[in-house]
Order: sequence, then structure tokens, then C-alpha cells
Amino acid sequence: MTLSVALRGRWLGLALVCASLLLVPLGTGVGSVGLENLWPALLSDHTEPASRAMAWQIVWDIRLPRTLGAWCAGALLGLAGAVAQGLFRNPLADPYLLGSASGASLGVASALALMGGGAGMLGGASAAAAVSVFSSHWLVRLGLTGAAFAGAVLAVLLTLALARGVQHTLRLLLAGVIVGVVLGAFTSLILLLSPDSLQAMQAFLLGSTGFVGWTSCLLMAGVWLLCLVAAWALSRVLDGLALGESTAHSLGLPLAPLRAALVAVLALATGTAVAQTGLIAFVGLAAPHLVRAVVKVPHGRLMGLASLMGAVLLAAADLLARGLIAPQELPVGVLTAVLGGGYLLWLMHRRTGPGGLL
Amino acid sequence: MHGITLHLAAGRWTSIVGPNGAGKSTLLRALAGLMPCSGSVHLLGRPLAQWQRGDRARALSWLGQNEVAADDLTVYDIAMLGRLPHQPWLSPPSGADHAAVEQALRATQAWDWRHRALGQLSGGERQRVLLARLLAVQAQVLLMDEPLANLDPPHQADWLLLVRALVAQGKTVVSVLHEVSLALQADDMVVLAAGRVLHHGASNAPATHAALEQVFDHRIHVRQLDGMWMALPRLQAP
Repeated sequence: MTLSVALRGRWLGLALVCASLLLVPLGTGVGSVGLENLWPALLSDHTEPASRAMAWQIVWDIRLPRTLGAWCAGALLGLAGAVAQGLFRNPLADPYLLGSASGASLGVASALALMGGGAGMLGGASAAAAVSVFSSHWLVRLGLTGAAFAGAVLAVLLTLALARGVQHTLRLLLAGVIVGVVLGAFTSLILLLSPDSLQAMQAFLLGSTGFVGWTSCLLMAGVWLLCLVAAWALSRVLDGLALGESTAHSLGLPLAPLRAALVAVLALATGTAVAQTGLIAFVGLAAPHLVRAVVKVPHGRLMGLASLMGAVLLAAADLLARGLIAPQELPVGVLTAVLGGGYLLWLMHRRTGPGGLL
Repeated sequence: MHGITLHLAAGRWTSIVGPNGAGKSTLLRALAGLMPCSGSVHLLGRPLAQWQRGDRARALSWLGQNEVAADDLTVYDIAMLGRLPHQPWLSPPSGADHAAVEQALRATQAWDWRHRALGQLSGGERQRVLLARLLAVQAQVLLMDEPLANLDPPHQADWLLLVRALVAQGKTVVSVLHEVSLALQADDMVVLAAGRVLHHGASNAPATHAALEQVFDHRIHVRQLDGMWMALPRLQAP
């Protein structure tokens, strides 16, 4: 018996919510102090108050925000991926297409180079370490996060200026590619001139959820909710655009302002995620694909499901990144890139199916 | 295109024909208000520019040539997009919307695969779904660019019957067709050549047939078979 589309969509949503509910407690228990050590310390009556306090601190201050942060960043990227693929009518579009990733990189590289110059006040010899992109020093962190976000937003604005607005999808796409290449070149130049920043920059480029705190977590959750509501409200435009611009226009959709709103949602979701966790590859690309592999839904329902899928993907990847070579950690961006690359290869070979790429 | 002055009668089916590159699709796009033009287009007696966006979308529906469609959407979802002009923003489809979609899908015999994704259908089946999307708008004026692309002869015949039924209901249909024999089944024909209107008249008028033969370099001749006008290929130039 085949399930109806609506029912399959609901089952998928439910499965993803369950996976999230499973991943969050798992995420709080995995790490250098393993599940078997941490939970008994918290729950047992015989634990010393000091040990219990430390265990609680590990869970509450480090692991829970980190795990929830990974979930939120994944949700933002999944949502942004669904918006990007609908907006550009291209299943290979990813959230970074409008230049936000390269803009954020340039922002971070610039900030690192500037802070690196004044590293003496931050700790002398360990200049690069002191200004690590995921440093907990709040001033540095705010500076780098702010720089990443500002860079992402400015890059998107530059793309829009080059494309002369949002009327032409192809022009927008080309402008995004050009901005990506040029800003990438500037980032390389800055790193060449300021080699001290290389190590810290690498952490940003690889992506990490390791130092996401409660503030970042709440910020991402708030932005995700805002973007989700906006994307859902705009989803009919994406459905209409799927029939081509002429048909969408003939259906009475005011394309220019609605497309501008979608670009704003895309930029805000991507910029926020990138600023908090660095460049995490493939989650935004793969999440909508994975949803569509299970159920074909209009964009209204795709937004929520792609968000949940992205959240589960990144939370699971984060768990794996911590667990695979524990007590060492893999950068989560490396893991998502490897897994995402494998998924794309599989998609390419799935030539005959309706979801095939070639 | 230059110097086009046309009055397309309401409640009739007009087909636009001409050789490749004559400007058939361009003319249709201009009529739909999808491309800028220096003159003016009037829809139901009112300049197109004066129509509110929603009113225009409800009065005039458009089916483009080789219209793309997201393969991931189901047949039903695609047809429901035709109801967008009737739905207030953010409100779910009403009973009337569902009824219109069902009627449109049944009219193009696509109802049975309404739950399938468009990507799983053949070219002809997809075209019938896109036709259903056009019909679901329930507009007074229907513009179609090559609506018979990929349709097999039985479904081409069904389309002809469908258009005649629409015209009988008082709707106005304007279509671009490269199959001259099918275009000859329309009430009126506009014959285009090199961006200009060569002839505009009833499909069964001898002057129209002469214009058709002229515009296709006399490589066709128009003959009546079983009461229907047909364009037959002339294998040797006269």
C-alpha cells in the first residue's frame, strides 16, 4: 500500500522530530567525558556535590548549547537550501550561492588580520590562538561573528547590485559566482599578507559547532523561526516560479518584491548560520534533496521538512565528529563535506530515477 | 515585430500561424503582457496596463511553449497553481478551488494520476497536466503557445473538442500552432510573416487559404477532406 503524499510528509516530519529528540540528549552525553560517566554523575544520589556541579556545568554550559546550536545551524542551512533551490529553480543551488560564504570568509579574514596586528594585548606569542575564530573571549568572538555576518550581508548586497536587482535569476546566479570568486581572491590575499591568521581562519573554513554558546544558540533559533515563517508565507511564489517566470507573472504574482523578500530570507538565514559555525558544506544542498527523495511536497511543506532534515543532519554529523576519533574531534564541516560529496556522487549515479542529476 | 493592429474577437478561437521565426510566440507574449511593446494591448476592451494584477490573472490565463515545471510537484499541486489568482494570500485552497482543479484534471484526462510527481510522467502526459493548470484558472481569455506539443493524435483530437467546448461557453482562445492542419480548425486565423500580419480572417475563407499557401512558399496546399480544411504538403514547388 502506498501512503498518500500528505501522510508521507507527516510521517517524515514526525520521524525527523523523533530523531531530533534522540540526538539532543545523545549530544549532551558524548564527548571526552562519555555518556556512561556523565549521566550517572548527574543522576546518582551518591555523587559528590562538586562532581555533580561539574557534570551539570559540562552539560548545561557546553554540550547542550553546542548540540542545540548544531541543530539550529542545520535548520537554518536546510531552510536556506530549500529557498535557494526554489528561487534559482536549480536543484544544485546551495545557500552560499549569493556570495554569502565568501563574504563571511573575507569578513573573518579581515577581522583576524586586524586583531592579529594588536595581538600583544590578547596574549603575546599565541596571537593566532588568542584570536581563534571560535575563541570564547566575548569581545573577539563578537568581533569575528559580527565580521562574518557583516561580510555575508555585504557580499549579498554586492551580488544584488551587480545583478541590478532580483528580476533575472540567471544574472543573479552569475553575479553570485563572480562575487564568490573575487572575494575569495581577496581573502587569500589577506591570508597571504597576514600568515598568523591562517590557523584561526582554517577553523572558520572547516566549520565547527564546538564553541556555540547559549547566546548564539538563541540567536540562531530566533532567526530560524523568523525565516521559517517568512519562507512559508512566500512559498507560493516558489511554487509559481517552478512553472517559469512568464507563467508565474501571468498568475498575478508580484515577482520583484517577493523575490527580494526571498533573497533577504536566504541572506539572513545563511549569514546567521555562517557567522556562528563557520562554513559548513553540503547541509543546505543535501537537506531539501533528501526530503524530496522521500516525499514530493510543495514549497510550503518543504520549508519545514528541509529545516528539520538539515537540523538532524548537522546534529548527527556533530555527534559523529565528536565520537568517531574520541577524545579527538573532527571538524564537523569536514565530515559534512565528505558525507555530502558521497551523497552527490550517489545522486549522479542514480541516473535513471526522477531525482537523478544527469 | 512592427505595425501590428489586430482585433481578436471575443468568444472565438483564433490561431496564429506562420513560418519559423515569423514572431508567433512573440505576438502571443505581447498579447499576454509578458513583454514590453511600444503600442498598447487591450484586454476585454480595457488597456492591459490598467488591469489590477489579480483581476488580469483571473481574466487571462497563459500556457507557454515548453513550459518548465518542477518535477517534484504532484500533478494535483501543479493544477492547483492555476488557482493562485483566486486565493487570498496565505489562505488554504477553498472548496471551489478543489472543484475547479478536479474539473480541469478530468477535462484533460489527468485525474487518475493526480498524486504522481510530474517527473514521473511522459512528455504528452506532462502537457496535459499543464493544460489542466491553464484550465483551472477558469479565465475568460486563454492564450496557449504550442499547446499540442508532445500530444498524440487522440489527445490532439481531445484538445480540439475541449477548445470548442470552451468557445461554446463564451471563452476566447488564442493559440499558436505550428501544425497548420490543426490551426485550420480554429474559427479565425492570423497569418504572420517576418514580424508582420500578412492576413487575418476566417479559417474557412479562400483568402486565408491563399495567404497560408503564400507564407509557406506554396509548399502546402489547403484542401477540404471529410468537411475539414487540411494543409497537405506539396512535394514539388509549383
